[in-house]
Amino acid sequence: MSLLEIIGPVMIGPSSSHTAGAVRLGNIARRLWGKEVTDVTIYLRGSFASTYWGHGTDKALVGGLLGLKPDDSRIRESLALAHRANVNYKFEKETIDGAHPNSVRFVIKSEEKNMEMVGASIGGGAIQIQEIEGFPVEIDGDLPAFIIFHQDKKGVVASIATALFQKNLNIAEMKLKRKSRGKDAILVIEVDSQENQDDIFNNLEISKNLYSKIIFLPVERE
Amino acid sequence: MINSFNEIKLYMKENGLNLVEAVLELEASSSGCSCDEIYNSMSNRLADMRKSTKEIPGSTGKTKIVENDAIKMRKYRLEKNPLSGDIISRASEISLSVSMLNATMGRIVAAPTAGSCGILPGLLFAWEEKRNIHDDKKKIMVEGLIVAACIGQIIANKATLAGSEGGCQAECGSATAMGSAALVWMECRDPHKCFEAASICLKSIMGLVCDPVAGLVEVPCIKRNGTLVSMAVLSADMAISGVKSIIPFDEIVDAMYLVGKAIPSTLKETGEGGLAITPTGLSIQDRLKKEYAL
Repeated sequence: MSLLEIIGPVMIGPSSSHTAGAVRLGNIARRLWGKEVTDVTIYLRGSFASTYWGHGTDKALVGGLLGLKPDDSRIRESLALAHRANVNYKFEKETIDGAHPNSVRFVIKSEEKNMEMVGASIGGGAIQIQEIEGFPVEIDGDLPAFIIFHQDKKGVVASIATALFQKNLNIAEMKLKRKSRGKDAILVIEVDSQENQDDIFNNLEISKNLYSKIIFLPVERE
Repeated sequence: MINSFNEIKLYMKENGLNLVEAVLELEASSSGCSCDEIYNSMSNRLADMRKSTKEIPGSTGKTKIVENDAIKMRKYRLEKNPLSGDIISRASEISLSVSMLNATMGRIVAAPTAGSCGILPGLLFAWEEKRNIHDDKKKIMVEGLIVAACIGQIIANKATLAGSEGGCQAECGSATAMGSAALVWMECRDPHKCFEAASICLKSIMGLVCDPVAGLVEVPCIKRNGTLVSMAVLSADMAISGVKSIIPFDEIVDAMYLVGKAIPSTLKETGEGGLAITPTGLSIQDRLKKEYAL
C-alpha cells in the first residue's frame, strides 16, 4: 500500500468497503454502460444485503452510478438526486453460492439494450469486477484496461496486440473467454500506462469487423 | 515502500537521511512519483483532515445508535477542568467529532481506516493548539503525518490494517501507534523514539477485537476513537522520556499479525461476538433491522 492509501482515501463515511468501495463499483458500472443510467436493478449479496442500510451502501451505489466520486458529499442525497434525474432504481437481495460477501450485481436497462455487471468490494475501498455480461473477469482497476467484446474468431488478439504495440503500450495482463466456439467472447487487457485519456482506444487501428464493442476503463485517481 | 523499521534504519544510516526524508525517498522509488509530489499529497491529506474537524458533529445527519458525545465533551472541556488535561481532552473531543462525522456519512480521511478516522486528526490538531503552532510551522505537521503513514505502511506490509483480518488492534490500534509516533516526531524529531512510542501503543492494545453492534461503525468504534488518543499521548510522553520497549517494533508487528489470525472470526467485524451479542447489542440490532432492512 502506498502512503496515500494508508492516509486515505478521502471519502464519505462510514465504511471504506461498504461505502467508498460501493461508490467505485457504481462508477465502473456507469463507465461500462457508457451513458447516463436511467433504469437499474441492483442485487445486493452477502454483507451488502444485510448491512447496506447502516453503511449507506444503497446511496453509495446509486451515487456511483450517477457519476459521483467517493468523496462527494452529495452521496448522502444520491437517492433524491436519482429521483430528480428520473433514474429508475430498484434494490433486491440475492443469495448466490460462493459469492464474495461484499458483492453486488447491476442490471442496467434501456429500450435498446441491457447490461449486467457483478463487482465486489474487497477491502479498504479496493474493488474487483468479477463478471461482465455473464463472462467471468477479474479487473481491479489498478491499471487502465480495455474490454473487447467480439466473436470467437482468428486474428482478434493478434490485431489488438499489434494496435497496442503500435501505440507503445505494454500489456500487463490479458484474459480471453468465450461462451463457446465461434460465439460471443470477451478479451480483457490491462496495460502499463500513466496515460488515461479515452482517445487511447479511439486511436487504436483495429478492423471494425473484428469486435462488436471496446470499452476503456481508466484508473480512477483522486 | 517500507517493510520494517530495520530496513528504514539502515536506509537512513547509509544515505545520511532523517526519517521523513528516508520515507519520502523509499516511497518515491516504489511509486514513480517525486518526493515533492508525495510531500504535497500528504499536505493535501492534512488539509482534508483539518476540514473534517471543522464540521459540526451531527450536521451531516443522525447517528443510528450513539448520542452526540463530541458536543458533550466539548462543553465539559470548556466549562470544567478535565482530569485528563488539555491535550488529551481536546484530542478526544476532535476524535469523537470526526468519528461521528464518519458515522453520519460525512467526508473524512480514512487513517488508516474509516472506522479509526478520528484518532490522527484528534492528536495532530490538539497538539497544534497545545504547542501554539502558527502557519509558518505547519511543515512539521505534514512531517508528523508522513511518520504516521510510515508506521501504517509497515503494519500493512507485515500484518494488516483491516478489522476483518486482524480485529480492532489492526484499525484503531494502528491509528493509535501512528498518531503516537507523529507526536514524538513533532516534539523531538527522534526516529528511534517515534518507533518506541508506536511499540508501546501496539503492545498496550494487542488483541483488541472488532465487535461492532449491528455491524455498524458506531458502537464501540466512536468511543474507542475518543479514548485511544490518551494512549497515544501517554506513549509519546513515555518514549520521549527515554522509556524503551523491550520487544522491538518489527517483532511486535509480527506478533500482532499472529494474534490477529488467532482471533476467531466472530470477533473480526462480523458482528457475531463481543459487544455485538450482548443483550443490549442484540436488541439494538433487532430494532434497527425492523426499522431499515430490505
